[in-house]
Amino acid sequence: MSKITTPAMVKLNKKTKGRHKETGNTPMQEGLKRLRKNKTAMAGMIIILFLIIIAIFAPLIAPYGYQEQSYTEVRLGPSLQHLFGTDHLGRDIFSRCVYGTRYSLPIGLICTLLGLVIGGGLGLVAAYFGGRTDNIIMRIIDIIQAIPSILLCIALVAILGNGMWQLVVAITAGTIQGMTKNVRAAVFMVRNNEYVNSSKSIGVSDFQIMIRHLVPNAVGIIVINAVGVVATSILTISSLSYLGVGLVAPTPEWGAILAEGKQYMAVAPHMVYFPGLMIAITVVAFYLFGNGLRDALDPRLK
Amino acid sequence: MAENSKLLEVKNLTVHYETDEGIVEAVNDISFHIAPGEILGVVGETGAGKTTIARSIMGLLPKPPAHVISGSIQIEGQEMLSDKPESKGFFDFAQKRARSADERRLERIYREIRGKKISMMFQDPMTALNPVLYVGDQIAEVIKIHENVSEAQARERAGEMLELVGIPADRYKEYPHQFSGGMKQRVVIAIALACHPNLIIADEPTTALDVTIQAQILEMLRDLQKKFGTAIMLITHDFGVVAEICDRCMVIYAGEKVEEGTLEDIFDNRVHPYTVGLFDSMPDMYDNSLRLKPIKGLMPNPMDLPSYCSFYDRCSVRCDACKDGAPVLREINRGHFAACSAAAGRGEVE
Amino acid sequence: MVKYIIKRILYIIPVMFGIIVMVFIMKAVTPGDPVLELLPLTATEESKENLREELGLNDPIIVQFGKYVVGVLHGDLGTSYKTKQPVLSEVAERLPNTIILAVWALFIAQIIATPLGIWAAVKQNSAVDNIIVVFTMFGASVPNFWLALMLIQWFAINLGWLPSMYNGSLISWILPISAILVGSIAHTARAARTNMLEVIRQDYIMTARAKGQKEGTVIFKHAFRNTLIPVIASIGSALGSLLGGSLIVEQIFAVPGVGKYISDAVSARNYPALQGGIIVIALLCCIINIIVDVLYTVVDPRLKTTFMKSSKKRVKEAV
Repeated sequence: MSKITTPAMVKLNKKTKGRHKETGNTPMQEGLKRLRKNKTAMAGMIIILFLIIIAIFAPLIAPYGYQEQSYTEVRLGPSLQHLFGTDHLGRDIFSRCVYGTRYSLPIGLICTLLGLVIGGGLGLVAAYFGGRTDNIIMRIIDIIQAIPSILLCIALVAILGNGMWQLVVAITAGTIQGMTKNVRAAVFMVRNNEYVNSSKSIGVSDFQIMIRHLVPNAVGIIVINAVGVVATSILTISSLSYLGVGLVAPTPEWGAILAEGKQYMAVAPHMVYFPGLMIAITVVAFYLFGNGLRDALDPRLK
Repeated sequence: MAENSKLLEVKNLTVHYETDEGIVEAVNDISFHIAPGEILGVVGETGAGKTTIARSIMGLLPKPPAHVISGSIQIEGQEMLSDKPESKGFFDFAQKRARSADERRLERIYREIRGKKISMMFQDPMTALNPVLYVGDQIAEVIKIHENVSEAQARERAGEMLELVGIPADRYKEYPHQFSGGMKQRVVIAIALACHPNLIIADEPTTALDVTIQAQILEMLRDLQKKFGTAIMLITHDFGVVAEICDRCMVIYAGEKVEEGTLEDIFDNRVHPYTVGLFDSMPDMYDNSLRLKPIKGLMPNPMDLPSYCSFYDRCSVRCDACKDGAPVLREINRGHFAACSAAAGRGEVE
Repeated sequence: MVKYIIKRILYIIPVMFGIIVMVFIMKAVTPGDPVLELLPLTATEESKENLREELGLNDPIIVQFGKYVVGVLHGDLGTSYKTKQPVLSEVAERLPNTIILAVWALFIAQIIATPLGIWAAVKQNSAVDNIIVVFTMFGASVPNFWLALMLIQWFAINLGWLPSMYNGSLISWILPISAILVGSIAHTARAARTNMLEVIRQDYIMTARAKGQKEGTVIFKHAFRNTLIPVIASIGSALGSLLGGSLIVEQIFAVPGVGKYISDAVSARNYPALQGGIIVIALLCCIINIIVDVLYTVVDPRLKTTFMKSSKKRVKEAV
């Protein structure tokens, strides 16, 4: 071997690299640290933050109102005046897409949160108590699961009617079965750990055990899944709008803008391009973030 | 043991894992050898680098993150580590090509060696067997790879191997989950011995088993070792296991060899304070003292080893001289080495 | 094994019963009077009352439910508001198209995506892996209706290679299948990659390498089958999302399938058609899941022996 280095030299080399590591961090803190270093996750998070800022300051950012019509400027291609062009009523598509962030994003987040509370709660209870409770909950989930989630959402909106809260109910219902199964699986992995048994043996209440021991230990997997659910929820919202249920035209929801544009696609393809791109970018951002999060919290797979 | 007939010779092996968090110095400048037919015990705490040594010998380090920084591994005189430097620069294409060509060449040699000259047993028999293949076929596989036999002959030989480790051959067509832990470990032994290797590296072969099964497995290993004259490198953290079957023993601490010698050297004339500490922290039947004497403190973070003796912070006999650089391995007796300035300074033996 | 299959088939009964309950609740709370929808505007009050009686709408709710269940069991899924035809026959004649679409998409997706995912995992962190990961991320993010419209724009309008609408010819299947395929490939490849990464870290892979086995053989003989287990397990949910996707894609390409039937029913507020469609799709999903579960036991010997214990000699633990 040609490149023998003495151990002292090797040690010295590494000393100079100056990588000092504080110890005593919780796995969660370690994970967050890795997350901050993870480029994919950060890219996703920056896009998401950017979209949130757009949503908050939409009236300031959008050059035109989302309902402002101009009959002299119908179906114009993209230009400096109209970045994404105009639609068949002369509305500025860029402004409409900017306002669109106020629908998909918050609804996707709210529905995921609601789904997490309801589905996560069901999954937690099912996994913790097991036995009959588990059986009953999971059989109900089996039933819901037999219907593809987008069909379930469509059916619910069809009954409840169009509108914001109806859509929230439907999308939330669509997320529950996945959430329940994921949380149940995550909790199952930790529920037989010794610290749970020892807590039980010193008389800690079931509720306390669930909140203090099970949730924190399953939170990584749950958060990773939840980010994915936001992405699919946003896709479902726009699919529903596209089909003309939930949030329908003239609401500037991306799917609805796209649905309005599709009949003019041959002559004015920009009416379809841009709202679709907005959806794709938003969903990609959440997937990026979710992927990075998984790598950071589950370093085994990296 | 004749010094010139070395089955395996490891010299100055240094292995690091380069992770996002820093460089883990898993193995630091370790040298040792194994002669044909002898059983060498490698003792150390969890995380001392025992498994990394074993995997380096087998050429099965996960790369990345593992990097062999320096050293030489010779199997029956054949050098197994690439002498082409690893390239760090992005544009060093020529160097990269040379390195990867060399690695491919060594990998081809390694394929001939693994399972044939050296085989390895892993820690946990529960996960060491493929759950979707018949146990018999998993034994026959290694025979088919290395010996020019027909399918039927390989199966027959695999059946014989099963009988040899005490499992009826008619269980050939069963899956690992149908076997208990002890039986799985027997199958693992059968795989390891199937091609009559010269050396078996057994990485904590009994740790995952019940005590009664442990004894059975060790006894079987020793019997088969005698029968085939196979050398064994037995990795363990248990001196009891070492006492049972080993000829020589090597103690590893924080990736460094701290003491090496025959069983008598280690059991009766141990000099390194770490070895001494290990024995003191074991319950002794003949000792009347009521308390064990555990070694204080923890092993240093392998990402941040000190420039002096790694054991300094926990050492009970440390002196100022210990802080002056890494301790040198000294021969205390013929074949008995220890890396401790304090012990050597006191002139324990000789 | 037969016993297991029978058990799984019997298990459909409670699930389907649950679905029927759900659909009945839907039926009960849906706005609008079916009588007004079914009869012409000029119908007399008397004929309305007759139909109401005939449909059993005057019965107590529990009787209505009983009648509904019996009806569904006899294949009566209601009458379409739009065509005044039985929903069952309408769904039945459209079902083959949806199955063709979903099964072909699934088949092609599995064939392409599983090797891609495995390839990416074996070459983890290489350029190939990065490209595949990026592709799967975008493939999973693009809304399928947008993709469908883009495909029409490029391949039908701009290039003129393929028909933009389904017209019964073989070639007109290409665009609808592609539109639904991309997302499926993306999800499957992602799952396959993750599973493979998990499998190649297992000890038995190390054991195989320690035998001196070639790396290629290690991957294909030892890792592949173990990767297949979770991949097969995910087929059920993959098909579910493909059937969901067919709702939109069939509509865009005018494929006369159940998906288009349902999405048309939604826009026309044709509730019996929607409800019938849900029952049929749910039954389809259940049947597919049984097939998947049976396949699953074939690939994973651990499950097979669990279910076949009675027919095989009991395992004796000698040690």
